[in-house]
Amino acid sequence: MSDPLLQVRDLVVEFPTRRGTLTAVDKVSFDIAPGEVLGVVGESGAGKSLTGTAIINLLEPPGRIGGGEVILQGERIDNLPQEEMRKIRGKRIGMVFQDPLTSLNPLYTIGEQLTETIQTHMKLTDAAARIRAIELLSEVGIPAPESRIDAYPHQFSGGMRQRVVIALALAANPVLVLADEPTTALDVSVQAQIIALLKKTCAEHGAAVMLITHDMGVIAETADRVAVMYAGRIVEIGPVREVIKNAKHPYTDGLMASIPSLTHEAERLAQIEGSMPRLTAIPDGCAFHPRCPQAFDRCRRERPELLDADTTQAACWLYAKEEAVT
Amino acid sequence: MTAFIIRRLLQAVLVMLVVALIAFLMFRFVGDPINQMVGIETTPEQREALRVRLGLRDPILVQLARFIWNAAQFNFGTSYQFKQPVSEMILQRMPATLELSMVSAIFALIVGIPMGVYTGIRREAWLSKLFLTVSLVGISLPPFLIGILLIFIFAVNLQILPSFGRGQVVDLGFWSTGLLTVSGLKALILPAITLGLFQLTLIMRLVRSEMLEVLRTDYIKFARARGLTERAVNFGHALKNTMIPVITVTGLQLGSIIAFAIITETVFQWPGMGLLFLQSVQNVDIPIMAAYLMLIAFLFVVINLIVDILYTVVDPRVRLDGGAAV
Repeated sequence: MSDPLLQVRDLVVEFPTRRGTLTAVDKVSFDIAPGEVLGVVGESGAGKSLTGTAIINLLEPPGRIGGGEVILQGERIDNLPQEEMRKIRGKRIGMVFQDPLTSLNPLYTIGEQLTETIQTHMKLTDAAARIRAIELLSEVGIPAPESRIDAYPHQFSGGMRQRVVIALALAANPVLVLADEPTTALDVSVQAQIIALLKKTCAEHGAAVMLITHDMGVIAETADRVAVMYAGRIVEIGPVREVIKNAKHPYTDGLMASIPSLTHEAERLAQIEGSMPRLTAIPDGCAFHPRCPQAFDRCRRERPELLDADTTQAACWLYAKEEAVT
Repeated sequence: MTAFIIRRLLQAVLVMLVVALIAFLMFRFVGDPINQMVGIETTPEQREALRVRLGLRDPILVQLARFIWNAAQFNFGTSYQFKQPVSEMILQRMPATLELSMVSAIFALIVGIPMGVYTGIRREAWLSKLFLTVSLVGISLPPFLIGILLIFIFAVNLQILPSFGRGQVVDLGFWSTGLLTVSGLKALILPAITLGLFQLTLIMRLVRSEMLEVLRTDYIKFARARGLTERAVNFGHALKNTMIPVITVTGLQLGSIIAFAIITETVFQWPGMGLLFLQSVQNVDIPIMAAYLMLIAFLFVVINLIVDILYTVVDPRVRLDGGAAV
């Protein structure tokens, strides 16, 4: 396998508060290969978005990176000075936000916002940047881009605006696109289109995608691999097919069981008892153990690392090698 | 756009008619004008003759129509006290007031906006805290006190600036300006600061709170994620979005500056309309008071119209001929 495009090693995101430091993302590690689509799923507050925001180093104070490394194409980027990091944003890592209605500045035409981004990262004349902007718009499926380029964001619908946002994220040919819930704010009818568009255009540009969502359906259709997050930790990571069909971690298992199915009719959806712990009260050992049907003594004492579990990796003591248990 | 301006102009005419009615009523209710004009030894017959000659025996509606007709031609009759045409007296003093008002408004904007931007971006810097503390002084101290303090420091103690008057003025035909001579400029400094300080702090605090608001929005976060420079984000994207409320307030404040230059003009014996108005109040010189009222109302109406037009320049969403969403 080729060298990973992005390596995240033991990433910690923390929020200093008066009552002590809260750890929202706790030693998260994963790789993204060039051109790969990595899905990141989890409940609200599991730390998915914060992981993405930390990679691009745009955490809102007082949030901060409390430890670990982020390595892009062999170069460590989590400790770069702001100005160096700025040159990476947009240029090598593009980002798509959740709500296209608020992602675009209402006072500038989409053409102005596109050419501004293009010219920040590429040495192009005004005319050349405009041509590139029109190409990008036509690539993301905006009809009549030559005339629409001079329209303002409020003259577009939500789905069209998210297309513009994707064009903006891809403006400087990044190697990685972080898509943070790109379809959550959209109508169900256009969600599938946008996801298909995101996957297609990123593939054409050769960009890897980190797709953050809580929609398993989106992940199943789009991602190559998937990371499941719970209480700021990755509990399972592996090829999307394996994780969905053959989940190893009890949490992933419960998550998959709770997805309504068209083929099986059920009176009630399966659910996991209890709810995700608050940041102030994350239990010792495995964060999931109070809700885990298979928890045993060790789960309460020691926190499991990601362990090889057949086809995926799961942070669960069930998969500890026999000799390690002693 | 044209229809919009025409509608606004019609509204402006309506407002002016209402103000004219109020100004006219002053003549009716603030004492008998004849008593103001003539001496004790005037006989009742002479008084009656004067009354008829001035048209005060005509039906009220006729008098009102005559007043409005004259006012529309900038004719407000003769001052009781100075026995000069009121419009001439006002025109003589208008340049002094307008120069003072414009200079203090420009001073307030040029200093207030950058201070607001700075305190909005660098919230924690000690300089921001200093600005905010000092701005409390500007908001809470009444202008006459600030004026007297400035006179005490710069005119009495340091003796570097004059404490009253306009200095040497240059007559440009219908406009006498103090901006072309050194003594005129020096004389302008203290009154302009006195008059502009309140507006300055108001604009600074407004820009600051708007900046804080705008910097939290998604489109600013997205602009950062696109790798735009801090400068482009803060000044291109954030500042422009704060301009709508700033234009509104500045416009209204400009009207207030002109109208309430009265106090500053009195403190510095500035030979402007405000000083004239104050003298006319002391002497119950109703024609001057009525003319001043009409003039200030006219200024407010014009400024509001300009503000409305400026909105459409800044914010495309206000443009009434804008296209519909796709």
